[in-house]
Parts: sequence; structure tokens; C-alpha cells
Amino acid sequence: MLEPIALWIMGVGLAFDLFGCIGLVRLPDVYNRAQAATKCVTLGTCMILLGLALRAFGAPDGAMAAKAILCAAFVLVTSPVAAHAVCRGAYISGVKLWDGSVEDCFGSRAHEIRQEQATEGSVAREEAETA
Amino acid sequence: MTLFEQIAFAVLIVSSALCLYRVARGPTAPDRTVAIDILGTLVVGFCCLMAWRTGRDYYVTIAIAWALISFVGTLALAKYLEGRSYDA
Repeated sequence: MLEPIALWIMGVGLAFDLFGCIGLVRLPDVYNRAQAATKCVTLGTCMILLGLALRAFGAPDGAMAAKAILCAAFVLVTSPVAAHAVCRGAYISGVKLWDGSVEDCFGSRAHEIRQEQATEGSVAREEAETA
Repeated sequence: MTLFEQIAFAVLIVSSALCLYRVARGPTAPDRTVAIDILGTLVVGFCCLMAWRTGRDYYVTIAIAWALISFVGTLALAKYLEGRSYDA
């Protein structure tokens, strides 16, 4: 009874994985690529894990289902955080937006962060010279 | 190996190949970092399929450990891109 449902969930998850990776190749700049690939692949992998958990749910040894659900929760939390950190790092390191982008809300804040880093660097250099 | 398992492994292998294309081609360093992060998430999917196929639950344990290590590695790369030291 549970196995056909698990097969369907895993199939949809695999489709999401594939479409996310197609987006990773086809989209124009790093921010578009990161958002397409991260959202699709996170959901796809979580659905594969949930399908595995559904299938293992009826087994006498329930460890696999519990581990799969734990892993799904973990992927769901960590993967968007990692992609956010990488995109922030990309913006601060100076990667340009695509020409067709219409909104840039992070620009002024990124400028402040760059200035803070510059002053921190000069302070550290002065400390090193005086010491 | 059933037909579903063959299709599932084929889909994941094609997805990984697309990620590797982006790692090889990517014009900037963040492109490569994102692609490596996605590749790590796909490896978790591979581990699930191996657990599905063999019925052994240590593959899911490997998936948990892989997700953890991949997350920490991506955060370290992001800090490097941002131009900061690792302890701040």
C-alpha cells in the first residue's frame, strides 16, 4: 500500500532534481542559478528522503525511516542557508548582476560592508605596524 | 535492478553531469561554489537510492554525515568569497 505512494513521491523528487540542475546550466548569472538550483534540488532531495522513509516505515526495524526524516529536516534547514551565504559572498566579492535584472536591494548595504572591511583591514595593519 | 531504479540512477547521473559542467565552465568562483553545493545535495539523493536498493540503513547515515560536511564546507567557501577571516 505505501510502496506505490513512495515511488510517486520519489519520482516527483527526481524530476525536481533534474529541473534544478537544468536551471543551474541554463540561467544567466550566479544569483539566478543559485536560487533555481537550491530551491529545486532541496525540495527534490527532501522528497526522495521522504519516499524512502515512507517505504521503510512499515519495516520491523524503524531506524531507516527515522534517519531519513532526520536527514530531510537537516537538508531542508542547511541547504538554503549555505546558498544564501554563497550569494552574499558573491555580491560582496563584486560579481555583477545580469543585465536584465530589475531590482537590487542589497547594493547600499554591500557597499557599507565593503567599507567596514576596508577600515578593519587598515586598523589591523596599523596595529601590526605599531606592534 | 528494477526499471524505476534504473531511471532514478540515470536521472541523478544526468543531474550530476550538469552540475559538473557548471563547475568546469562557470565563469566566476561563486558559480563553482554553488554547483559544488548542489552536487553535495545530489550525493545525499544517491545515498537514498542505494539505501532503497539494498535495504541497508547505513547508507542513510552516510547521507546525514555528507549533508553536514557539505554544509560546513560551503560555509567556509562563502566566508572566503566574502574576504573575511574564518574566526570572525
